[in-house]
Parts: sequence; structure tokens; C-alpha cells
Amino acid sequence: MSWLSRVRNSLPFGAKRETADNLWIKCPACDEMVFTKEYDENARVCPKCDHHGRIGTDMRFAILLDQGYEVLPTPQVREDPLKFKDTKAYPARLKQARAKNPHPDALTNAAGAIKGHRVVLGVQDFAFMGGSMGMAVGSAFVHGVDRALKDRVPYVICTAAGGARMQEGILSLMQMPKTTVAVRRLKEAGLPYIVVLTDPTTGGVTASYAMLGDVHIAEPGCLIGFAGARVIQNTIREQLPDGFQRAEYLHEHGMVDRVVHRHELRDELAMLLDYLSPRAAA
Amino acid sequence: MASYLEFEKPIAEIDSRITELESASGEDVDLSGEIEKLREKRATLLGGTYARLSPWQKTQVARHPGRPHFRDYVANIFDDFVPLGGDRYFAEDEAIIGGLAKLGERRVVLIGHEKGHDTESRLRHNFGMGKPEGYRKAIRLMDLAGRFGLPVVTLVDTSGAFPGIEAEERGQAEAIARSTEACLALPVPMVSAIVGEGGSGGAVALASAERVLMFEHAVYSVISPEGCASILWRTAENAPDAAEAMKMTAQDLLKIGVIDRIVAEPVGGAHRAPEKACASLGKALEEELETLGELDSTRLRAMREERFLRMGEG
Ligand SMILES: [Zn+2]
Repeated sequence: MSWLSRVRNSLPFGAKRETADNLWIKCPACDEMVFTKEYDENARVCPKCDHHGRIGTDMRFAILLDQGYEVLPTPQVREDPLKFKDTKAYPARLKQARAKNPHPDALTNAAGAIKGHRVVLGVQDFAFMGGSMGMAVGSAFVHGVDRALKDRVPYVICTAAGGARMQEGILSLMQMPKTTVAVRRLKEAGLPYIVVLTDPTTGGVTASYAMLGDVHIAEPGCLIGFAGARVIQNTIREQLPDGFQRAEYLHEHGMVDRVVHRHELRDELAMLLDYLSPRAAA
Repeated sequence: MASYLEFEKPIAEIDSRITELESASGEDVDLSGEIEKLREKRATLLGGTYARLSPWQKTQVARHPGRPHFRDYVANIFDDFVPLGGDRYFAEDEAIIGGLAKLGERRVVLIGHEKGHDTESRLRHNFGMGKPEGYRKAIRLMDLAGRFGLPVVTLVDTSGAFPGIEAEERGQAEAIARSTEACLALPVPMVSAIVGEGGSGGAVALASAERVLMFEHAVYSVISPEGCASILWRTAENAPDAAEAMKMTAQDLLKIGVIDRIVAEPVGGAHRAPEKACASLGKALEEELETLGELDSTRLRAMREERFLRMGEG
């Protein structure tokens, strides 16, 4: 089955009633107006300029996994352990994010297969509070890895995050070593760990599990970095080079193995898994 | 003369009053009674102020230029320090210093951020903001420690890893991730102390240890209060609110299990009596290493893994 029909078959978004507001979508890169239906069916890659738009967890599962995958429950964590309040209380922000998103936090795992290769696939969703890493994301990552260890299958993570979830303060920072412990366990078990970097992957997520993969794939044009461009500019007061912190720039500087078009991602992962998957000693 | 922090103004006033009286004191005027009274008042005020510092005030104390830095800890706590330089790939980064040292009878690998103490040294040490090569040097030294059975001590004092073009180009994120991984993989005891500012990923990359100590007035957070405020409140002016909300003090972090032990500072902060502060830290480090020395590598790694896996869940 082609990725096109796979997307079409499992689009929860397709059921939405079409209105004048959502009939068209403006490509953020080339400003062309594209039919929303056409855009979604193209896995949110602009048919005019090939810009890779951000996609949600369910669409990501649909375009990468064989049919019949199992979405794993999001682990329960202590909510708002710091009783954090900025201009709004953290629980109110969470509630708002949950009302707008199909999953309870920013990282969701599914157990399934990619062209017959069994995997656990984690997907981080930028639409949920900027994909930010708090205890729920860290715990979901560890749970996904635990499932991969239990099933003796590779773990693939699609990263997307503006950084740490500030509302969880230091506990969000502690997710960096926490997720790194999980990555180490995969490595010790001899299981492949593949990172797919998507737009945007920055801050503490980049500086932990996103940069510890056996193979790093990035979607074209996606933003990948440690420090934010504004922070850098304020520190060094210099013009940033063209294409700074984009996938191609990271590839050029040796941090990403391959930049792969979204339409080819499923084939790419299947190929890598075929090479790397643990096999019975011959 | 000592530089006073904003909130220390009342103390500064008493100090200048004391200086005035002292210079007015002569053979025919005896003001010693009055001076003595002021000194008592000052001691009470200083103690009271420092017992009730707000998170934002602690941030100022943690950043105080007169606070002891890496070189002071080396001079006061350790013997025979042998700095080892370079990451073997690109450069020597003096924002992160490391090498061999003796802590009492014990030989250790010592790694830490150095902020510098005057303009020249601050520039040389890049204000304690490590670049990828600094973290890669730390990885190299941790690897060395593991192979030769030397415990690792890290002293964390950074506003954060350096945000710059060349740092991004050379893989700042990857270097930090690998440094964190190197901490977790150590087969030898590791003790980290947050001695000043524990700024985000640049700090955790050297602090993913089984025992984490923190000075009484140090701070440790995912982002600076100014950074947090400018994102969530849309203005850095709310930094005091952000500092409060983020729970970045040693007292708060001990409660939620992020650190294990608070090292007391002299009254009025480590910058008022650096040698005393160093002595307390040295004693605490020795005690910690003494306890950990009993454990084998499997147990040490398990402790570290457990610590971070259950973080925030207890
Ligand atoms: Zn376009």
C-alpha cells in the first residue's frame, strides 16, 4: 500500500467537516494556498515547494507503521509537582492542551511494525505544549524503551520539542539523564535505537536522547539545535549563517546521518531496521 | 571594599557607619561601645537576611563575583592538582577544567566549570560557559577515571553551556548528551557539587551522579529566571517570580529529591568567607566518597540509574 492510501485510510482529520476556514491551508514556506485535503493526503508536505509541515502523532503513526499497530497508554505521572504558576496555572495549561490534542501529553508510543520489521515507535507532538519535555514525556520515553526491551525490538523515536517544560522546573531537566538511562539500556541489550529528527527539535531534548541514536535521520529543512537562535544572537551579536540549525546544516556538520524526505521515511526506516535488527545467530 | 548586593543595602549602611565611627575614634574620643553595638546589630541583620533569602536573592548570591570559583576550591580543598587539557578532537576549553587531584589521601579525577575572577580570566574561561570541546574533554577524563579506578568529583558552576554559532556547529547538544551518558556509565563513584549556578543542560552534563550536593545558597534550574520570565511572562522583569516558581534553591531541591545534601555556607554567603566555605565542601566531599568507596561498579551504576528513573515520581 502506498503512503498516500495509508494516510487516507487512517486520517482522523478527514472526518472533520469542511468549512471555508479549513478548506484551504497556507503553506508556511511559500505562502501558496493548498487544499487542506490535498495537503493532508500529501502528509503535510507542500505540493508546491516540498516544505515539510508539522504533523501530529496519529498521522505519523499512520505514515510509518503497518496497519494494526497498538497505541500504548501514556504513563501516569505526578501532575504539577511544583504547583507552578506563571500568568496561568500549569494545570490550566495542561487542560487546554489536552482539549486540543488526541493524546494526554507530548510523547506517545505505538508497538507495531514498519514493513514487517517489528518496532516500538515513539512520536513527540509539537502541538502539545510545544512538544516540551516534562515528566510525562520522559516517562513515556522510558516506557517505550521498556516495551522495546521486553519485545526485543528496536526503538524508533520521532523527536519534536521546543525544549524543556519550564512549568516542571528542575524536574524537566532531570528528564535528560532519565531518558539517557533508557538509551543506555537499549544499547546494552544490543537493540537499535533510531532517531528521526523533525521540526523543531531543540534544547534539552536535542541535548539528550535526540543526539544519542545509532542512526540520526532528519526531515528536510527541520530546525535542530541546542540554543535558540535569539539567545545566540543576544549573546554573540552576530548575524547567523544561512540555513543555520537546519537539517542540512547539521548533516554538513556531522550530527545527522541522512536527510530523508517524509514520503521516503517509511522505506528508509525499513531498510535501516533490516540492516540493524537483532537476528538469531546464524 | 566588598561589593554589596541590592538587598544588602541595610548591611552596607551599617558597615559604612562602623567605618565612620572607627575613623572618628581617637585618643580623646572612645566610640568602641557604640561600634560594638553596631557590630552586633550587623551580625543579627546579616544572619537574619541570609536565613531568609528569596530564590531570586539566592540567584544573586550564587552569581556573586567574589564567590569562590574552581581555582579557589582547587587551592583550598585539593592537593597536587594536575590539570589535563584538550578533547583530542578540536581544542582545549578552559570553561571546563579537569585533571588529577588528591582529596586527602584519596586520588580523584576532578572536573568543574571555571567562571574566572577578573576581566582577563573571565574571557579566557568564557564565563564558565562550556563549549562542545569542554564537554568532550570531560567525557575523556571520565573515561580515564573509569579505567584507572579513580572516583570522579565535579564542581558545577555555570550559567549554561555556551550558546554560539561555533558551539552549535561542533555539536553542543551531542557533546552534552554524551557527557551525561558518560556520567551514568562510570564504574567508579561520582559525587557532584552544585557550588554556584547550576544552569540547565550545561550543568546536568557534569552532574548526573549518584550523589549530588549543593551549597546552601547555590541555585540549580532548567533555565535562568530571566530566560523563564521572558518566555512565560514575556518580560525578564518577572525573573523574581520565575525564580520562585521554578523551585531552584538547595532547600527546595532537597525536598523533591533532586539533590542529596546541603553544604552549609558561612553566615552571609560563601563570598564573605571563601576559605570556610571551601573547608565545609571539602569535608562533605570526603564523607561522600568514603561512603561510596564501599560499593562496587554494578551497585554504583544501579544507584545512578534508579536515582534518575524515579526522579520526581516519589
Ligand atoms: Zn510551499
